[in-house]
Amino acid sequence: MIVRILGEGQFRVDDAVASELQTLDSDLEAAVENNDQDALSAALRALLDRTRSQGTALAADSLEPSDVIIPHEDATLDEVRKLITDEGLIPG
Amino acid sequence: MKGTYAPMSVMKRVSLIFKSKANRALDRMEDPRETLDYSYQRQLEMLQKVRRGVADVATSRKRIELQMNQINQQSAKLEKQARDALAAGREDLAREALSRRSSVQSQLTDLQAQYEQLQGEEEKLTFASQRLQTKVDTFRTRKETIKATYTAAEAQTRINEAFSGISEEMGDVGMAIQRAEDKTAQMQARAGAIDELLASGALDDQVSGPHDDIQAELDRMGASNSVDLELERLKGELGQSEAPRQIGAGGAASAAGQPAAASAADAEPKGDESA
Repeated sequence: MIVRILGEGQFRVDDAVASELQTLDSDLEAAVENNDQDALSAALRALLDRTRSQGTALAADSLEPSDVIIPHEDATLDEVRKLITDEGLIPG
Repeated sequence: MKGTYAPMSVMKRVSLIFKSKANRALDRMEDPRETLDYSYQRQLEMLQKVRRGVADVATSRKRIELQMNQINQQSAKLEKQARDALAAGREDLAREALSRRSSVQSQLTDLQAQYEQLQGEEEKLTFASQRLQTKVDTFRTRKETIKATYTAAEAQTRINEAFSGISEEMGDVGMAIQRAEDKTAQMQARAGAIDELLASGALDDQVSGPHDDIQAELDRMGASNSVDLELERLKGELGQSEAPRQIGAGGAASAAGQPAAASAADAEPKGDESA
């Protein structure tokens, strides 16, 4: 699976790591549901740590789209909500 | 709104949003080759934009650096003033100088944090710019190959692949630029406030600014000290040369003509004489 961390670049992770990331992703989802900024930051940190430590960075000249995208580490609840509802956070 | 995304993974959802953006752009194009050229133009524009972004962040960072230098000078000056005041036995002035120094120091801590943030943004944008440059080069090569090798129909799938990959990168870089711009704007507002403080003299950055009352007081004390010393020296000289005459002419007449400060030193021996 190819994972992009916003502002950082793309990583390739194997299946075991991918399923681990999906579990952590539910924490992220719950944090957004519960309006819990601390839980959101913790979930993002965990996701980013696993991806950075277990993934292999994609070559700079790769043009592959990612399977999943993780928001940047210091993202706020508001920013994540905009990212998942297409409220124009992505410019252009 | 909540219900629609609740059952879906956040990470997956974000990637779908990026993809749908790319697809919308692709759908607008009639001829695949037009897509390639149009996209390449957009990529070049984005490269310009990210480079400008790097330059803007660097400018803001330098401005903060300048302010930090000014504040450091101010702090050093206040410490010297505190020392001078203490040496002159003016604890009240020393206390005032030190309390100003501590408020100046707290500004410095804030600025340091902002400086580090901007440095981080600058680094991220620089990396983003390099990454995008490499991908744009790859895209250009692939674009030429596709145009030369494939018919319009065959080209479509290959174009879609390359296009969605670069489009995701462009979205990411575009967001990074926006974030950096927001941070820079916040910092500039704060930097403007500090410039005003510096200019108003509250954080006086002049070596002898008009508002620097502590320095004025120290200067005044310094001046009167040197006058006193000069007086002492003169009195010493005069005292030696006048001494023989005073004995002959009588102390009372000469004492009446002397200024108060100069006569103080002579007061005791005269009192003894008259008793």
